[in-house]
Amino acid sequence: MKIKPLQIVAHIILIIGVLLMVLPIWISFASSTHENVSILTEGMRFTLGDQFSRNYNEVLNEKGGWSEEVTAAKMFINSFIMALGIATLKVAISAMSAYALVYYRFKLAVPIFWLIFITLLVPLEVRIFPSYKIVSDLGLTNSYTGLILPLVASATATFFFRQFYKTIPDELLESAKLDGANAWSFFIDFLVPLSKTMIAAMFIFMFVYGYSQYLWPLIMTTAEEYWTVVMGMKIIYTESYEGVALPRTAERFAYIILSMIPPVLVVVFLQKWFIKGLIQTEK
Amino acid sequence: MSFLDLKNVTKIYPNGTKAVHETSLSVDEGEFMVFVGPSGCGKSTLLRMVAGLEDITEGDINLDGQLINEVDPSERDIAMVFQNYALYPHMNVYNNLAYGLKNRGIDKETIEQKVNDAAKLLQISDFLQRKPSMLSGGQRQRVAMGRAIVRNPKIFLFDEPLSNLDAKLRIQMRLEIKKLQQKVGVTSIFVTHDQVEAMTLADRLAVINNGIIEQLGTPIEIYNNPESLFVAGFIGSPQMNFLDANLNNKTLSAENFEIKNIDSDYNGEVTLGIRPEHLIESENGLINLKVELVEQLGSDNLVYGQIKNIKDFCYRSPGNQTIKKGDTLSLNIEENKYYIFDKNTGKRVNQI
Repeated sequence: MKIKPLQIVAHIILIIGVLLMVLPIWISFASSTHENVSILTEGMRFTLGDQFSRNYNEVLNEKGGWSEEVTAAKMFINSFIMALGIATLKVAISAMSAYALVYYRFKLAVPIFWLIFITLLVPLEVRIFPSYKIVSDLGLTNSYTGLILPLVASATATFFFRQFYKTIPDELLESAKLDGANAWSFFIDFLVPLSKTMIAAMFIFMFVYGYSQYLWPLIMTTAEEYWTVVMGMKIIYTESYEGVALPRTAERFAYIILSMIPPVLVVVFLQKWFIKGLIQTEK
Repeated sequence: MSFLDLKNVTKIYPNGTKAVHETSLSVDEGEFMVFVGPSGCGKSTLLRMVAGLEDITEGDINLDGQLINEVDPSERDIAMVFQNYALYPHMNVYNNLAYGLKNRGIDKETIEQKVNDAAKLLQISDFLQRKPSMLSGGQRQRVAMGRAIVRNPKIFLFDEPLSNLDAKLRIQMRLEIKKLQQKVGVTSIFVTHDQVEAMTLADRLAVINNGIIEQLGTPIEIYNNPESLFVAGFIGSPQMNFLDANLNNKTLSAENFEIKNIDSDYNGEVTLGIRPEHLIESENGLINLKVELVEQLGSDNLVYGQIKNIKDFCYRSPGNQTIKKGDTLSLNIEENKYYIFDKNTGKRVNQI
């Protein structure tokens, strides 16, 4: 097969892109396997060191925080609960609201849809004080509910589901009606299975979104038992600076590497569906 | 009261369009009724009102002695075959058939038996595990029918189910639908714009135009005795020839011929209709046709030509004749096989 010059150029660009993506991760990983001292004296590393098991063991099991109570393992669990809650609820709520917007022909459906869409312009960071006020008035600070609930509405997902439902032919609904399906069973028996690839794609997006939340858990939680991985990255080793101890750079890198694993796993396991959801619809 | 009874049914859409005008119609149990008309004539709307997919603006629909105006479609015990079949794409054929039964809370063994029986009847037993996307057009059509049959509904509704098939398959499925309906004996309403389909399938035919039933009757009644210009032009292939003429004192005078002793007291401008198959060649005929085009169908020829200023006049001649472009044929009309319509109202004015 003849290789065209254009293909070579394209591949060079792609390879550069891959290197830009992978190199920082590799450096983090390589550095996380060295001793703190050697990183401090010689900088970050491209080669593997011999401290892998010690550093990772320490990160996972050491109790940190002001109270010396919280471990990285606990924060992983918290992050996982938060991301899972956000992703599941976001998908469920936006699928249902899109269903209502498309299939219930009430006059305000279109204005309501645009109202939902406009909320894209108001991210959490902008409304963080009012949101905090509401959650704290409800007494939900330092709880999983408080971490999850203010983030479960999603304009993006509602939009995607709405556009998808609009492509489903009316005859399908009519035929289902004649077959005795009610509003609920049409949703469960038809829309959910028909949009399953889309649900998977949305779930990934929303899981990563939930997992990488930083500001909200930081403001929401004062109790360390609700700390999440991403905020912990900043907090967990700060006390080390204050004394004469060395900065624990290697452990930080280990922590970063570990924190990347859950979203990567979600993407790896669901990517087949994810790609299907983006490029085709099963009709 | 008959099995299905429509009384003064009217449909006005929210934007003011009047799709169906005070239509009354009754269908007997086991009858195959066909609604035929050009697209946009309101035939599908009428069908969808029976199904419950469109609201009824005015009038009453009774099915099996029960007023169903306000009854939910799922409660009407009606099955419908859609133009695009509307098969459930994510379910295999078995589940497509079984879905309606499951919703009615029928137990598993009964469902399995019913689905298998219907599949056998339609010869789709081999595809029960396949998804609709893996089926050919004809097979999908059968599945759509199977979904209707398996429920054993009070009435079958067909909304132009054959128009997505190629010509050969369409004829084959037409036969199968007719056979199936006779076997199962379910009351059926079939909507089509194809007059051949309408003629071949119907026990009775309703020709619909502009939201009004123009004529109701058996196919042969309608063919032999069209009551209006529209029906005469719509039913029959090739189309009936129309000529402008005048009727005075029982004498019809067209551009270059006269017919005497017409059985009508009407005087004034009329349209004369003659079917292509009701012309015969004879010496000193009424009409001299200058041949412009011959379509040879094998069994017979369709001859198109000109009579003075009238173009595309059609004559169906036996297939064994050789007629060439440029010939002049002398034609007579078979005795009493002509239709005279009031030019303004389109109503028939002569009797046969």
